Amino acid sequence: MPPRVNQLGLKRTEYRGKPSTLCPGCGHDSISNQLITMAYELGLEQHKIIKVSGIGCSSKTPAYFLGGSHGFNALHGRMPSVVTGALLANTDLACIAVSGDGDTGSIGMGQFKHVIRRNVPFVYIIENNGVYGLTKGQFSATADEGQFLKYYGTNHMPPIDLALEAVIAGCTFVARSFSGDAKQVQALLQAAVRHPGTALLDIISPCVTFNNAETSTKSYPYGKDNEIPLHEIQILAPDYVHAQEEITVGDYEEGDIIDVEMHDGSFIRLKKLENDHDPRNRRMAIDVLERSMREQIFSTGLIYYEEPRPTLAQTEELVATPLAQLRASDLRPPKSALDGVMQRLMS
Amino acid sequence: MAIQAEIQSKLDKRAPIINDFAFSVATKNGSGSQTSNNVLVKSLFRMGIPVNGKNLFPSNIKGLPTWYTIRASKDGYTARKEITEVVVAYNNETAPEDVLNLPPGGVCITTDKIARIIRQRDDISYYVIPVTKLMRQATVPSAFRKLVENMTYVGAVAQLFDIPLGLIYQVLLDNFKGREKPARMNHDVIKLAYDWTAENILKSDPFRFEHMDGTQGKIMMTGNDAGALGAVFGGVNVVAWYPITPSTSFVDGIIGFRNLRQNDAGENTIAIVQAEDELAAAGIITGAGWAGARALTSTSGPGISLMAEFAGLAYFAEIPTVFWNITRMGPSTGLPTRTSQGDLLFTHFLGHGDSRQICLLPGNLQEAFEFGWRSFDIAEALQSPVFVISDLDLGMNNWLSEPFDYPDQAMDRGKRLDEHTLRSFIDEHGKWGRYMDVDGDGIPYRTVPGTAHPFAAYFARGTGHDEMATYSERSDDWIENMRRLRLKMETARALLPQPIIDDRREADIGIISFGTNDDAIREARDWLENEGIPTNYLRVLALPLAASVSDFIDAHKSIFVIENNFDGQLTQLIRLEHPENISHVRPLALGDGLPMTPSWIYQNLIEQEG
Repeated sequence: MPPRVNQLGLKRTEYRGKPSTLCPGCGHDSISNQLITMAYELGLEQHKIIKVSGIGCSSKTPAYFLGGSHGFNALHGRMPSVVTGALLANTDLACIAVSGDGDTGSIGMGQFKHVIRRNVPFVYIIENNGVYGLTKGQFSATADEGQFLKYYGTNHMPPIDLALEAVIAGCTFVARSFSGDAKQVQALLQAAVRHPGTALLDIISPCVTFNNAETSTKSYPYGKDNEIPLHEIQILAPDYVHAQEEITVGDYEEGDIIDVEMHDGSFIRLKKLENDHDPRNRRMAIDVLERSMREQIFSTGLIYYEEPRPTLAQTEELVATPLAQLRASDLRPPKSALDGVMQRLMS
Repeated sequence: MAIQAEIQSKLDKRAPIINDFAFSVATKNGSGSQTSNNVLVKSLFRMGIPVNGKNLFPSNIKGLPTWYTIRASKDGYTARKEITEVVVAYNNETAPEDVLNLPPGGVCITTDKIARIIRQRDDISYYVIPVTKLMRQATVPSAFRKLVENMTYVGAVAQLFDIPLGLIYQVLLDNFKGREKPARMNHDVIKLAYDWTAENILKSDPFRFEHMDGTQGKIMMTGNDAGALGAVFGGVNVVAWYPITPSTSFVDGIIGFRNLRQNDAGENTIAIVQAEDELAAAGIITGAGWAGARALTSTSGPGISLMAEFAGLAYFAEIPTVFWNITRMGPSTGLPTRTSQGDLLFTHFLGHGDSRQICLLPGNLQEAFEFGWRSFDIAEALQSPVFVISDLDLGMNNWLSEPFDYPDQAMDRGKRLDEHTLRSFIDEHGKWGRYMDVDGDGIPYRTVPGTAHPFAAYFARGTGHDEMATYSERSDDWIENMRRLRLKMETARALLPQPIIDDRREADIGIISFGTNDDAIREARDWLENEGIPTNYLRVLALPLAASVSDFIDAHKSIFVIENNFDGQLTQLIRLEHPENISHVRPLALGDGLPMTPSWIYQNLIEQEG
């Protein structure tokens, strides 16, 4: 039997990167794996994608997926500014960016907030494990209050909820997930990559070496037992025939399904589970996040969505051709233009 | 009155001094004096008189003292003079000292209120303008009254020293972009003072302006505007910045000239992003440079400090970017509105580890324009950050210049492969690796994202890497990479703009300098020559230093390195790079926050030479 290929005739293995050097069982590797699947399933062209990251365990991962895409492992907490520049230089590129809870929640908090404010269109993944891995086990700013770690004792600071910070900053696509929930991560990635605005995915991704005790809310055992998805998520491609009657099919009543129409004509279909969360309602999104933090409820799924405002490049009113591909004749005004300026400055 | 008459008779005997004296205008910051001073400078420029205006202003929005010096020089000397013959003393707080600073025979123009509080000197001329009374006569809406009050000294100066009113009106119209109402309002006040002075003041000084043809075909502009215009002709695509004095007006310049690069639909080929801080500004241009755009930031010392981490990354990952450092006085917040050349070493060595940055050192408007466009060619040719080190004096003050030459070289995008040239490269060399040095000049070939070739992608990183851009902690990979980066710096030495050398004289003394000291050095050398002390002169335009610097050092018995910083930073760099036979190299370093003067150079050089 010939190997399965996608619409570009590529095998899934052709979307892989170099072998991972992270600890076996690291949550980050499962996210890389889902990124490979996403790009393969959607038939993305790798040369039209860039991968950018900051510094830390999470930020090493862009080397481990999409080997055919340009990548940039930049500086600690500074991924958002590099993405901003690269996507202004070439608006034809899609961008998958990977950060961690230290990279975004501490050293990179300013750039995180401001890239959202500018609405740079990219997938912003935070691989959130509540701990600094490469420097061997310090608390991060997302660690739970009262949590105990071997070398650093008890954490007395309240956590920063990065999904909540994103909503407050004006992010138009905010999701939380669990790296152990492959199906949900996959659905959210497929939606995020279609979003023409900053799409933030705060994915709890356990650190098997420093923060995987059952008592930690960032651990595998905790996630497996306590994850409460807000909905079941399905992505309907733009060419999907959207039939009204279909909604009532199956176990779902009318009103139990929310179809969020995306910019490119695709839909995020959310099937109601135990609660009534509507991600199109900003107040509800903030309430869900605040309640989750207060009561330590591990709610996952699409938390907030709105039709994105203009991207930074649109605000800048740039020409259609990517700036990086303009020819010299587009970049240097003629001599007459210089002479005109000089004439105006003469006595 | 008896004293006045006595002075009058003494002064009348003096020969007229025409187009060769300097003013100092002392006002309070935020009082609208910027427009008045600008009108005076531009009017002299239009009279054909070589002129330079320097703003010595405080870090303040309103209230602190500010001085503006205007030097007219028929011989074309436009460096700052330490002593000005005329003071406009319009600030009661500084007036007593401003008057004391005048030379004998000087002129004080002041207000009636201030005249009461300053001690009279019997060796200068006083002209007292009744500002309150004149303003009462003026038909100016009360909201503007304070702002146009300073126009009274423009009127007095015009009457006393012969600047035609009609010409002043034209300059006002230009200043207000052709709008007649504000031009008229200001002109009315100027005319009131002009007429009042004619009727009430007996001129007792020898100073006068006269039309001449010293500025025919020349332009007047600030260095920040010149650099910005250069960047626009250099194809800048992405500008990211954070406001900081004295570099803010650089980006204002790009915003002003951006329309030269719009298409017919008014769409932009330059994106301008005001970032959240200088860190992000440096990150944005690094991302843009990596992705193939021409990207620039403009900042000053404190911003350069924050940009150090991206400068190191861009150096090591070999990403073309352009940084303008409009230097102000440090360390720390320092003197934010005073000029300096104190960032030379910091900028050249910016980044931790063994990093060394390419620097361009403009000394006048033409070089600011040229380096504005050429910096991008150099950055892409060398795949490296390029720092253009200007300063507050060049950046923010109005300078006189010949018009700029259109770029004489086609745009150089460097060794950048597209899908076709990448294919040929692989055919020729068997493979392509981002950091392979196939030409032996230390400069590899790069691809940019979006290149449709299966082997075009690479992983840029600040971590150790081999020639395939793969992560490596191997010592041999590390050393090989550093060796290549050093080789690239050697390639840079010859590729960068070469020093400007004037060594035509039989002279024992050689002067080495850089940047805006040029005007003062030119004048000081003429003075020295008149005293029978000929000098030769080399002005450095780029770092790393060119080979000709050491030849120049060897060819002279005595070398003075003139620089406007405290520690003699260029001297230190010369000692580092040319350690042999340099006991005759001495710094003449000042660093007092003000533009260099010919008299300081002249006196200190003679003193040191003995």
